Amino acid sequence: MTATGDTVTGDADIRDAATGVPAAIELVGVAKDYQSRGRAVPAVSRVDLEIRSGEFFSLLGPSGCGKSTTLRMIAGFEEPTRGRILLQGRDVTAVPPNRRDVNLVFQSYALFPHLDVAGNVAFGLRRRGVKGRELRERVGSMLDLVELSELADRRPRELSGGQQQRVALARALVNRPAALLLDEPLGALDLKLRQTMQIQLKAIQREVGITFVYVTHDQGEALTMSDRIAVMNGGRVEQLASPRDIYERPRTRFVAGFIGTSNLLRRTVRAVDAAGPDGRPTVVLDAGVEERLSAPLHPQTGPLRAGDQVELTVRPEKIEMSATRPDGPGCALRGRIVEVVYLGTYTTYTVATHGGNEITVFWQNSTGASNIAERGDEIWLSWLPEHSYVLPESVDLPEADDQPEAIALPAAVALPEAVALPASVDPAEAVDPAAGTSTDPVAYRVSH
Amino acid sequence: MTILEATPARLDPAGDGRSRSGRRGGRLGERLLHAYTWLILLWLVLPIIVMIVFGFNDRVGKRNNTWNGFTLRWWGELFAIPDLTTALVNSLTIALLSTAVATVLGTLMGLALGRHGFRGRGGVELLMFANIAAPEVVLGASLLSLFITMGVPRGYLTILIAHIMFNISYVAVVVRARLAGFDSSVEEAARDLGAGPFTTFRLVTLPLILPGVASGALLAFAMSIDEYVITTFNAGSTLTFPLWVFGATRVGVPPQVNVMATIIFVVGVLLALGNALLLRRRRI
Repeated sequence: MTATGDTVTGDADIRDAATGVPAAIELVGVAKDYQSRGRAVPAVSRVDLEIRSGEFFSLLGPSGCGKSTTLRMIAGFEEPTRGRILLQGRDVTAVPPNRRDVNLVFQSYALFPHLDVAGNVAFGLRRRGVKGRELRERVGSMLDLVELSELADRRPRELSGGQQQRVALARALVNRPAALLLDEPLGALDLKLRQTMQIQLKAIQREVGITFVYVTHDQGEALTMSDRIAVMNGGRVEQLASPRDIYERPRTRFVAGFIGTSNLLRRTVRAVDAAGPDGRPTVVLDAGVEERLSAPLHPQTGPLRAGDQVELTVRPEKIEMSATRPDGPGCALRGRIVEVVYLGTYTTYTVATHGGNEITVFWQNSTGASNIAERGDEIWLSWLPEHSYVLPESVDLPEADDQPEAIALPAAVALPEAVALPASVDPAEAVDPAAGTSTDPVAYRVSH
Repeated sequence: MTILEATPARLDPAGDGRSRSGRRGGRLGERLLHAYTWLILLWLVLPIIVMIVFGFNDRVGKRNNTWNGFTLRWWGELFAIPDLTTALVNSLTIALLSTAVATVLGTLMGLALGRHGFRGRGGVELLMFANIAAPEVVLGASLLSLFITMGVPRGYLTILIAHIMFNISYVAVVVRARLAGFDSSVEEAARDLGAGPFTTFRLVTLPLILPGVASGALLAFAMSIDEYVITTFNAGSTLTFPLWVFGATRVGVPPQVNVMATIIFVVGVLLALGNALLLRRRRI
């Protein structure tokens, strides 16, 4: 049921609709305003999400992006100002938290200090009227799962941070909720323990098969564990995709900058080639003599014309360095090395290009790899065009862009999206990448 | 070079000597501190010790202020003075009732002040501290004029009302202080795990603030049992223990008073010890 790397999210949605399995959690136009000095300050503005049953879903973003508020709205601690929240198809927008079939793992763990570990874990079951042998068995097996059986009669104060974290997890999981909500649960742990817990969490999720909704500001954490990630910024979802898609094909400048290290090159479009070297639509950007900058044109990018300002991103580990210009139709830039930092498994080179950009390169220190260049050396940088990604100059995506359906639809149905283009763009001239599948070369041959 | 090498050698014995003399000075300071501490403690407990001792005094005549030999007679004749017994019963029941009512109301008030922001919170807080800070004579007199205006006959009930009034603030202040480090996410956790608002209060909030509530109740009981000034304004013809004792000073305080006071003191100390143990056990 989870999306694989390249599947466009819409396909899976349609499949879900066909099998009739309702989404575990659905947010429809959810927004939350806070009142501050009589003014409404938006914390979350219009979020539409569909979280599938059984998936590990992450809400990723910097602090203040609205991810925790979104999670607290799902848990029922905040009431949305607008929009609806559905759990397994049932509208729960007005249902109090104690009558929602979800459980939250708090960032501070929020363990009951006056109860021992077993008492903490049994709390939810007792409220549901589970008692006697069933209670003991379920608490016992849950403590086994998180490897805390030995500490069942300890108070939370007597436990280490990692143990407290596992109690919090057990206390929520033992109720077998429809979805488990986790609010930065590993934030208070040190790095080593956090990495161990990431693997454990993922293993536990696979074992119990419960939908996990995980809030984090740590991109590594989200990439490690998630089936799908929603990257949030400024109260909105900037991109919703698999970890690989988020990393390899960031759709906005924010996503490119927030996830991993990205090189951003601001350039002018020289030409748009409907059938590039590999037969796919390609955009060629301004570059110096002998240099070449190109990138495949994706439907999400929106229409582009020669003369448009765009930003091109390329990941530091995708770039090759060589003393002479490499052959082939790939991207190639010349520059001078201004900084070399040795970091053990790899070395980072900072290269000043002749176009005035600074590009970071991660060079793997594998066997046989020698120190390829020194500070001050002239060098050629090259990478495959499919490893670079063009972002439109304006970061503001159209409203419909947050909805994955729009991307997956066949070209003919995508017309409404084309209508939504800015008025200044002549539809006849504009390259509509969504029409790419219709193999109409004329549409791409535009003003050079 | 030679100076540099010589310096540590010359400094070493000197430093050693200084540290030894320092230790000697420390011992003297320590002794002074001990003496000072014991003097302060003596100052605090001496009146109580005298009170307890004179409960065992085989007194001659009306005055009980010269030691005349050991006896357990007053412990046996504890309730031999009917008026004193009535006054003690009045004081104990008023203290228990006012503590019970003030603990409930004061805890709710402390929770409201400590947990919620609401219009007029600053005003309520000011009122609460004003109640504690105001001279008792002012409270007593103003309460008396209120009762007279409203035509309420002074007696047991008016004493009880007066004691509840000043006790609410003490309980509220203690409970509010207890809430300072309270992590309200445990209440959210309880809600999340299926507990309704009342169950959450009963199973999570109350157990966590219980030490504060107990401290507040103890304080209220202690305030009430020995209250004199406000009580004397509003007592009418009813007598409480402090009122009776004060009245008796003119003719001589009977040793039974010492015995009763000893019992109240010991019970109070035991309750405070119990509360301290409760607090310590919870902290682990």
